[in-house]
Formats: sequence, structure tokens, C-alpha cells
Amino acid sequence: MKLKLNIWRQKNAKTDGKMTSYQLNHVEEDMSFLEMLDILNEDLILKGDDPVAFDHDCREGICGACSMTINGTPHGPEKETTTCQLHMRKFKDGQTINIEPFRAKAFPVIKDLVVDRNAFDRIMQKGGYISVRTGQAQDANNIPISKKNADLAMDAAACIGCGACVAACPNGAAMLFVSAKVNQFALLPQGQIERKERVIGMVNQMEAEGFGACTNHFECEAACPKSISVKFIAKLNTEYLKATLTKNSF
Amino acid sequence: MILDAKMPSGPVQDKWDKHRFDMKLINPANKRKFKVLVVGTGLGGAAAAASMAELGYQVEAFTYNDSPRRAHSIAAQGGINAAKNYQNDGDSVWRLFYDTVKGGDFRSREGNVYRLAMVSRNIIDQCVAQGVPFAREYGGLLANRSFGGAQVSRTFYARGQTGQQLLLGAYSALSKEVGGGRVKMHTRKEMMDIVNIDGVCRGIVTRDMVTGKIESHWGDAVVLATGGYGNVFFLSTNAQACNVTATYRAYKKGAAFANPCFTQIHPTCIPVSGDHQSKLTLMSESLRNDGRIWVPKKVGDNRSPELIPENERDYYLERKYPSFGNLSPRDISSRAAKEVCDEGRGVGATGYGVYLDFSTAIARVGQEMIAERYGNLFEMYERITGDNPYKTPMRIFPASHYTMGGLWVDYNLMTTVPGLHAIGEANFSDHGANRLGASALMQGLADGYFILPYTIGNYLAQAPLDKIDTNHAEFKKAEDEASAKINKIMSLKGKRTSTSFHRELGLLMWDKVGMGRNESGIKEALSKIPQIREEFWSNLTVPGSGAELNVSLERALRTADFLEFAELLAWDALERDESCGAHYREEHIHPDGEAKRDDTNFAHVAAWEYQGENIKPVRHQEQLEFENVHLAVRSYK
Ligand SMILES: Cc1cc2nc3c(=O)[nH]c(=O)nc-3n(C[C@H](O)[C@H](O)[C@H](O)COP(=O)(O)OP(=O)(O)OC[C@H]3O[C@@H](n4cnc5c(N)ncnc54)[C@H](O)[C@@H]3O)c2cc1C
Ligand code: FES
Repeated sequence: MKLKLNIWRQKNAKTDGKMTSYQLNHVEEDMSFLEMLDILNEDLILKGDDPVAFDHDCREGICGACSMTINGTPHGPEKETTTCQLHMRKFKDGQTINIEPFRAKAFPVIKDLVVDRNAFDRIMQKGGYISVRTGQAQDANNIPISKKNADLAMDAAACIGCGACVAACPNGAAMLFVSAKVNQFALLPQGQIERKERVIGMVNQMEAEGFGACTNHFECEAACPKSISVKFIAKLNTEYLKATLTKNSF
Repeated sequence: MILDAKMPSGPVQDKWDKHRFDMKLINPANKRKFKVLVVGTGLGGAAAAASMAELGYQVEAFTYNDSPRRAHSIAAQGGINAAKNYQNDGDSVWRLFYDTVKGGDFRSREGNVYRLAMVSRNIIDQCVAQGVPFAREYGGLLANRSFGGAQVSRTFYARGQTGQQLLLGAYSALSKEVGGGRVKMHTRKEMMDIVNIDGVCRGIVTRDMVTGKIESHWGDAVVLATGGYGNVFFLSTNAQACNVTATYRAYKKGAAFANPCFTQIHPTCIPVSGDHQSKLTLMSESLRNDGRIWVPKKVGDNRSPELIPENERDYYLERKYPSFGNLSPRDISSRAAKEVCDEGRGVGATGYGVYLDFSTAIARVGQEMIAERYGNLFEMYERITGDNPYKTPMRIFPASHYTMGGLWVDYNLMTTVPGLHAIGEANFSDHGANRLGASALMQGLADGYFILPYTIGNYLAQAPLDKIDTNHAEFKKAEDEASAKINKIMSLKGKRTSTSFHRELGLLMWDKVGMGRNESGIKEALSKIPQIREEFWSNLTVPGSGAELNVSLERALRTADFLEFAELLAWDALERDESCGAHYREEHIHPDGEAKRDDTNFAHVAAWEYQGENIKPVRHQEQLEFENVHLAVRSYK
């Protein structure tokens, strides 16, 4: 199939970017979206042009590296699918495709489609863990955990940290990301001890990083390749409120 | 070069305890005087960096990914082994030890493997305490599944995302240390070289992948946790960026490279669909618990699978290996698939595929149960191929997946260069000639959480470590070499992309030094690799400059090292004139087609020492002793 691509090109963080058009004439249906870009890049390199930079690694929809907005939707039109898992059979011959980086105040563009998502790491550093020194743990089966809670914790833990939720949100909020981690640990007995400090620390850092507030658009859930539920955001709000109200009580 | 494994004396089950007692300790206040550099933040690196920081060492960690949450480890699907015997099915440390030595076809060190089996139990405890949501039974206790090469259920899993959950656990622990200022994290930094001073490893040189800046970092010890080299075959199940640079650079600076020809081919991957293909996707081996593998009995039978009646199907693994059946070890299953395809009985457009059929299991336990076990894998398969595996059998074929070979390390996980350690897939230590499923995650975490943090203390307590900094001439020299290499690449301005060279190399390696190998094929590869390399260094093109984010330069640098390393792999395959585990020399097979080991001449580790550009490296041997698991023909019948 033939495609017209409009791609965001930006040399580095300091320069302005713009959309540039490319024509591709030999795209196969079985190609993944990134393989389609690989072909474009091979052509560009042979012409001596700079290939389009984009983040990617696993190409299996699990590492969360790939991060582009395709025709206005983070990770493109297919539900519950990362860009690397999106295949060209979902597009039509002759179609025009607009490709941009994930856009958000807290995710500055580094080059072309590559953005800096280290803000997520800094949020994690403020409480996204259970403190257990290596070697201290008791036997794993000493604390039974109901299958229901373990499954729910896994639903939350499935987040791949790609940032599509932020890019999809009109406010650039990171609530879905933060709620996933907070809920994973809140659902497990091991997570109870640091429960309050965790939610307060992570939410405060989220605000400090310049992520916006949640005003219930729910675009995040729609864009999430792992369909993390917005129900976790409601729980996060309750967790945060409870924690701030009771942090000094005993 | 002397290969001293530093194996503690005494019975195998007491070695680690004895060694821990014998090791020198550093008092807590003194630990912070030592700085350790950890390259790689996959399972091995993240676990090691977090654990060493907790102990009080200064740690700096490096990854070429944009975040330590995104290492290749994240893609592991199936699970992690541990000798917990929670299923009461007869498992024990001894049995896991035995299975691993046998599964590795008697080419690993007993002492190391026993220690691995021992600490496997601590890993599960540690991860559960960190909040890793492993699958559970209705009673609230941990669930298990079984994996190839074992007759007990000892594999712990988190849906089809075990690697993700374990890595995020280690990443959480690391995040805590970074937040507390005890680990300095460097993202988007690619290690270009190690730096030795007076024969001791004292640092590394990196390239900042955003600015292109070449930088030096000093440390009192360096740990390489940089993963495997499966991408030498170009197409593999590894993440795109996985490469051999870190370990190969270390090899060129004096670290012996052990058993490079031990590369594992995974039996259950989605077959190649065309030339555009950039990677092969693994379908977890756990699928073999419920899927049955078959091809048509008749050559050239291209009816669609549902039209082929039961009695015209050949469930070849169940037929040839009745006691292990569809759960036979990886090397055996992979070769069996290749064999039926070579006979012309393969399925799919290319004829290089076999069916993995769930209809029996769906009839037995219901679609819902199958969806719960493998839902995300089925979705992934459908996204990639357009077929629905609940209705029509999956098509699978073997692909390069894991590398047992790696830097030679002693019992303390130190390479032949003092101060330089290697952990996880980057070392060669525990899997012999074939790794069992769900044992890589186990080994990475064992090394990172439970072994290296102890043994490195023993090294630091005794090492002659002068005060140095990055102004030392050796750092400048390594920086200059790295810059010179980049400048050379940028100046070539030829006509081919680095991807095209990598693909050419990969095809050659897959063809001649892949699943089946023979002397003339390997020799052919050995004559062609230098030609590809020569063309690379004269006809490569990389646009842009070295002083910016340059994806094609990154690829070119990695490909350059693969082009040298491939030759080492081929030499090793040639000189290991036997078949063992995943190393299948077609000259050495039993009449029934099984690998034929030669224990008289090859019950050893081959460790290669670099001699200089275009000079054949020297092959050293570390003899392996089997005192507990008796050398026997590996049989899964
Ligand atoms: C698809 C797939 C599924 C798998 N499933 C399983 C399974 O179910 N069970 C199991 O036990 N095993 C499984 N494995 C194997 C297992 O995942 C790996 O062997 C293991 O995760 C390797 O971990 P590691 O820490 O050694 O290295 P990796 O996770 O590969 O990490 C390497 C790290 O090193 C960094 N790095 C590398 N080179 C450099 C450099 N030059 N400079 C800076 N940083 C560098 C990378 O950025 C990364 O952080 C699977 C493998 C694949 C491919
Ligand atoms: S490349 Fe890993 S999720 Fe897309």
C-alpha cells in the first residue's frame, strides 16, 4: 500500500520543530508501524538525511518505550495496543498519517518523536516502592493474599509507564500512572506500612513535575495500551485524602 | 591466562555457606568509601545496584534506555523457577540443581548451580515482600506452573508478564535508592569501553546518547549486567537495542569470553513474515503446558488445520519423547521443529512453521480458563498475525532467544580482569550448554540480590585500590579511542546502512552457525564474516554528526562489535567438536538424532583470550568436575 506520512521533525530540545511530509510506496500489511518507519529511515539514511528518531526497544508492547501520537491518538487508532504492536493492516491504502511525539508539559521533546519521561522515574523515587532490604523477607507463603486482591493488584501493576495517559489528557495529568502504582501496593498487605507516605510523596512529586490536574475526561483510560481502569484514579483520590487527613494521627 | 574458578572446597551443599563465612567483610562505615559502577539496569543490574546501595556502597548505574524501568528483562513472559516445593510434588534444592546441570547437558559448574538452586527460594520471598503480584490460588497461596525440562511445578508467574513484574520490583528498590541519593542513575548513556589501570578495572567510558559527549567514570569495581548477544543473528526475540558491545569491549581489554557458541534457540516464536521483519516475537514456553505441537503427517499437505483429521496429524514431540512430550527442553523441541520443516511438513506461507494447538485444552478446561492463563499472549498473537488462536492453531517456529555464553567469571562472579564483574545473561556461569525455561530470571536475580553484593565486598576488602580520578591517562586514552572510532564511522560516507550489514551478518550466522552447525558451514562463515566487516568499514553510511542524538550511529557502533564478535562465536563453534545442549554439530549425533557429547575431550568450559586485531584468539579450558550429578546421556524419552 501507499501512504503519506506527516512527521514531526525537531533537531533537538532547543530548536523549533515542524511537520514534514514523506511518501511511502511499498508498505506491506504485515509490517508493524515501527517497521514501516524503519523502511522510511533506511531510505532517508541512503539519501544522507537524518532518520526519524523515536524511542523503542522491546517491540512487544511491554517495555513502554515507544511513544508517538498517531492521527491525534497516543499509540494510534487500535485499542489496547502500543505503537510497536500496531500493524499496517489497520490502515488503508492511500491514507495520510500524522505522527507526532507524546505531547505534555512534563515530557519535553528531545528530538523528533523522542520525549523525556524521566518525570515518571522521579515520581517513583518518592514512594513507588515497598521498603524491604535484600535478604530480610519472610517465607513468601507466610502471608496469604486473596486471589481477588492479587489479581486486582496485577491489573494495576500491568502499567508499562509509556505515558500515553499523560499525552491523551487535555490537562497533561499523570493520575492514571500514579494511581496504578499506589493501588497496586495499597491492595497488598506488604504495602500497608508505607501506604500514607507513599501516596502523599508520589502525588506531591507529580504536581512538582508540572503534570496537570484530573478533571474527569477519562481520555487516559481510552488511550492506555494496558486498559488500566480510571477506577484506580477514584481510589487514588480517596487514598490521598485519607492519608493527608490522618497522617499525624495514630 | 589462568582460569581459577575459586571454587570453595567441601561438599556441594556447604560451599556457599563456607564461602560466606570465609569472605572478608567491610565494616558498615567503611563501605561508603567504595564506589561501584553498575552497567545495565535489567534484572541483574537493578537488583545489584539497589542491594549494594542498601549495604552502604556508593553506586552509579548506567543504561542506554531512557529509564531503568525499560530493560530487555521486561519482556520475559513465562516465569521464574524456585525450589520452594509449595506444590508438594517432590521438588527440592537438590532436584532443581540436578535438573539444571542435566538440562545444561553437563557443561556448567556444579558449585555455581547448587548455589543458584539454593538462593532461588530467597528470590521469591524477596519479590513477594516487594509487592510483586505473582499469581495465586483461591486459598491465597502462590500458584505454580511447569516449564520445559522439569517434571515438577516450580515456576512462579505473574500472568504472562513475569519479567515485567520482577523488573519493576527491582526498579522500585532501585528507585528508592536513587531517591535517597545512594545511587546515581545515568540514563541514555551507552558504555563504550572499560578502563583498566595497572591491570585492574577502574572505570568506564560512556557516550551520552543525547549530546554525544564522551565521558569517563571511575570506580573501585565495575559490574557488567549488560545482557546477552542473541541479536548477533539479527532476528531474535531480544529487544532491539540488545547488543554485545559491553562484554565484547571487556573481552578486548582482557576478560576471557566463555562458550560464545552456546546460543539458545527458542522453539515457540511467531514465524518470519517478510523482509521488513525487525524482530521475532516469542510466544511463552508456558503455552506448551496446554498447547499440543503438530504438523501434518503428509509432506506438502496444505489444507487448513481444521480440515486435517486427527489421524493425519503428527504430534511429533509426544511421539518421540513420551515422558516429556510437549514440554521437552528447548534445544530438543527446536531441532525437532526444524527437522519436520526440512522434511517438507512445515506449515504457513514459508513452510517454516508448526502448529501449537489449544483445542484439546479448551475442550478440557474451557476457553475462560485458557484466557486467564494466556489471554495476553493470545491477544499479542492475534495482533501480529491477524489469526485468532482460540479458533485456529498458532503457528510457531524457533528463533534466537538467549545466550548461555558470556564473560568467564569465577565463583565470585569476577572476570579474568580484577575488579570487573559480570552478572545475569552477560556472564556464562550457570546454564551450561542449554538454559532451562524460567531459569534466566532466577539467575539474574540470584546474582544481583544474593551473590554479587557479598562477593564484591570480599574483593574490595582486599584489592589494591589506589586513589584515582578520571584525569588518569588511561581514561583519556579510552576516551580518545572511542572518539576516534566515532569519527571514523562518520567519515566513511559509503552507500550501505548499518542495518543492512547487521541483517547480512545475522542471516549468515543463522544459516551457518545457528540451530544446526557443521565444519564446512562454520568455515564458510569464518571466511565471509571478515568480508562483511571489511565492507562495513569502507561502505557504511551514517548521516548527521556524533555530537547529537543519532540513532544510526548507535546502531553502527553496535553492529561494528557484532561483526567482530561473530567470528569469535564461529571459532568456538568450530573448535567445540562435539554436540552438547544447544550446540548441535551435525557430525556428532546419535542414530536417533540426539546430540552426542564427547565428555572425554570436551567436558570443559572454553574461555577465549583476545590477542589483537585479526589474530586468532587463544582458547583456554576450565575442566568441569561432576561429583554429584553423574555424567549421563541426557534423555527426555
Ligand atoms: C522474549 C523473552 C522472554 C523471556 N522469558 C523468560 C522467562 O519467562 N523466564 C526466564 O527466566 N527468562 C526469560 N527470558 C530471558 C531473560 O529475560 C533474560 O535472560 C534476562 O532478563 C536478562 O537479564 P539481564 O539483567 O542479564 O539483562 P537485560 O535485561 O538484557 O539488561 C541489560 C541492561 O544492560 C544495559 N546495557 C547493555 N549494554 C549497555 C551498554 N553498552 N551501555 C549501557 N547500558 C547497557 C541495558 O540498557 C539494560 O539495562 C526471556 C527472554 C526473552 C527475549
Ligand atoms: S517498543 Fe516496547 S512497548 Fe513498544
